Amino acid sequence: MQNTLHALMDQVRNAHATDTPLRIRGGHSKSFWVAADAPQELNLRPYSGVVDYEPSELVITVRAGTPLSEVESLLLQQGQMLAFEPPHFGPMATLGGTIATGLSGPRRAYVGSARDFVLGVRMIDGMGRDLSFGGRVIKNVAGFDVSRLMVGALGSLGVITEVSLKVLPIPAFETTLEWHMQEAAALTRVNEWGSLPLPISATSLHNGRLRVRLSGAEVAVRAAMRQIGGDSVADGALWWQLLREQRAPCFETERPLWRLAVKSTAAPLGLSGAVLTEWGGALRWIASDHAPAQLHKAARDAGGHALQFRGANPAHPQLGSLDPVLAQIHRRLKHAFDPKGILNPGLPGNF
Amino acid sequence: MSATPTQAEITSALSRWLAPGSILSQPEDVRPFETDGLSSYRQLPYVVVLPQTEAEVQSVLRYCHEASIPVVARGSGTGLSGGALPHAQGVLLSLSRFMRILDIDVLSRTARVQPGVRNLAISEAAAPLGLYYAPDPSSQIACSIGGNVAENSGGVHCLKYGLTVHNLVKVQAVTMAGEIIELGCDALDSAGYDLMALITGSEGLLGVITEITVKLLPRPQKAQAILAAFDDIEKAGQAVASIIAAGIIPAGLEMMDGPATRAAEAFVHANYPLEAEAVLICESDGTPEEVADEMARMQAILENSGAIETRFSQDEAQRLKFWAGRKAAFPAVGRLSPDYYCIDGTIPRRTLGAVLKRIYEMSREYGLKVCNVFHAGDGNLHPLILFDAAKPGEFERTEAYAGKILELCVEVGGTITGEHGVGVEKINQMCVQFRPDELATFHAVKAAFDPEGLLNPGKAVPTLHRCAEMGRMHVHHNQTAHPDLPRF
Repeated sequence: MQNTLHALMDQVRNAHATDTPLRIRGGHSKSFWVAADAPQELNLRPYSGVVDYEPSELVITVRAGTPLSEVESLLLQQGQMLAFEPPHFGPMATLGGTIATGLSGPRRAYVGSARDFVLGVRMIDGMGRDLSFGGRVIKNVAGFDVSRLMVGALGSLGVITEVSLKVLPIPAFETTLEWHMQEAAALTRVNEWGSLPLPISATSLHNGRLRVRLSGAEVAVRAAMRQIGGDSVADGALWWQLLREQRAPCFETERPLWRLAVKSTAAPLGLSGAVLTEWGGALRWIASDHAPAQLHKAARDAGGHALQFRGANPAHPQLGSLDPVLAQIHRRLKHAFDPKGILNPGLPGNF
Repeated sequence: MSATPTQAEITSALSRWLAPGSILSQPEDVRPFETDGLSSYRQLPYVVVLPQTEAEVQSVLRYCHEASIPVVARGSGTGLSGGALPHAQGVLLSLSRFMRILDIDVLSRTARVQPGVRNLAISEAAAPLGLYYAPDPSSQIACSIGGNVAENSGGVHCLKYGLTVHNLVKVQAVTMAGEIIELGCDALDSAGYDLMALITGSEGLLGVITEITVKLLPRPQKAQAILAAFDDIEKAGQAVASIIAAGIIPAGLEMMDGPATRAAEAFVHANYPLEAEAVLICESDGTPEEVADEMARMQAILENSGAIETRFSQDEAQRLKFWAGRKAAFPAVGRLSPDYYCIDGTIPRRTLGAVLKRIYEMSREYGLKVCNVFHAGDGNLHPLILFDAAKPGEFERTEAYAGKILELCVEVGGTITGEHGVGVEKINQMCVQFRPDELATFHAVKAAFDPEGLLNPGKAVPTLHRCAEMGRMHVHHNQTAHPDLPRF
């Protein structure tokens, strides 16, 4: 069991010495999406525990193998939360995996993403070296921001062993409102609301139904309700939970599920298989057998990018085509952090 | 590599792409560029270029890349860590002519701007649409948005609204080889590694930023501030912790110690309580209902924490008056002494009392007065050391004192720079904060963008050799990084 940092470092050092590719594993909750091809597993799950948490500092530091649910319960006891609402996608999701995949939930468009809340990262690079970047304070500009570079890098630049995150208070009051509205009108509406000082914390658009969550001081939420109208949704909290975990019925599909991150104001994409739109219009889920090239192009034309999220075979997230200069920078970074390419080979796609 | 080209050779080569008025090399012409906001460091640039288009920036960089000439990019030159200090044999690339706001998209709440646009100019342009750009460094009337990206600048509202890195959508830059790269995209995330986060705060070492798309936020309907006075700075620190612990994220949460308060009062006459040992300014913003609710809660906490006086701003003029002293704290302190030296450490808030005690003790040891202003919400401490550069040895003593304060910040779990950057100023303290393997990683990151090391060389990241020579070894939990290695 790799329950000490030294054991983890030893395994990476040995892998480096023997050119053995490693598959980094946390709680196995996101292997449907990303799975590296490597015979040897580097198990982070046993390396767990809260290193430091002082609620009045708004900062928590935990080891990578700590279950996300454990972190969230601890924060809840103090009335705090991970504001980016990371999806778990499985009971044993770990904090390390959460940061390595960089996924954020419904609140993302309004409070920020996983990378926005990362303050510091401790990691083992591809040579087995223990490195720390960033810190445990809210503001820190010493050195390049390697800790945020690690978010969403899928372990390809280093094995995250410890993460410091900014946390926020749980809003005092939340409510969910609903309108029946077609896609184009709903997209305009949520973007217009975005320009107003309203306490919106999530939106979803599915099958002609627009839902908006308001969060904040009760007086502010009630004032906003009077301003924007809409029907009250009784089981609102449950809806956002189902959406966050992709357990809402609309996500039940046999077709590959694609994630298209686009400009929030982009017109309806006109692709069949629309599942759900969230993040104020900036994230559109589509279940379809369309050719990948068609989805990549649609996303690019809408100011963003596409990737296959669920499908028959866990895929290496396909990057579409990175510009050649950027691709070269990616390759050089990968080489700098992991010269032998032993960490999660194949992820995050081919540059 | 051939010998360094002469000024005349550089000027003549660059005149192929740039208009004659865009290339300066006479001492009287380049003198205004010899320093930035950290004026204790000066260096005349070899050649200054003032390109007007991205294509011109590309040409300059391609030529310098080919000829192995170092390049230092410069925005408004307000930086406080010497990040834009020229290179003696290098080209200083000023982006001051990149002054246009290219587009404001009200529906997507974004502004596409050139790097030389002033921070405040973005908010001014967006104001008629009810929007603004949130990060507000104190120098916002002068500092450029390109410089803000290069330094990842903060401001007095960043606990609630984030730093520059949290308010960017897209950054376009030119690499040292003259290639354009686009980082980020119009969506909320982009394919590949998060290079936009990486270039933010990279102090001009990775690329020359030529275009920026920032997020705009709806302007809050109302903002109101409370001024609270304390007879003991520890009580003020406790009040800050209690406000956060109560689940409040104030829009602004600033502290000044007694000496800073008195200096600010003498300068702006904001009617600060002169007997206070600490003054807190807490700001709430949002809907009128939300503000009223939050203000009442904050007042109760401040009073329970032992505030000797609390005052609400009654109108916008008074709110701005509360802030005026804080925002003018640096020039106010500047009136007390021929020179002052501003420090930018960040500490876990809970260590504030202990850190200030140590700062005051060292003030006596070094025989130098100190005032402290503190972004209390995010733990960013700005001690201002008063000194007289005309007195022999006083600047050196000041630098030594400043270095000790930064080391203290690292020791308590903080960092040597919260928002001003490392530049040339804090390069030695980087050896205290980071271990050799981490510094080596920074050099590798730099090389991924600029393998020849021509962009802003010698800044931000010290060489391992320099750290060894300084004799400053990183000590973490009383253990050196590699206890088995012989030390120099």
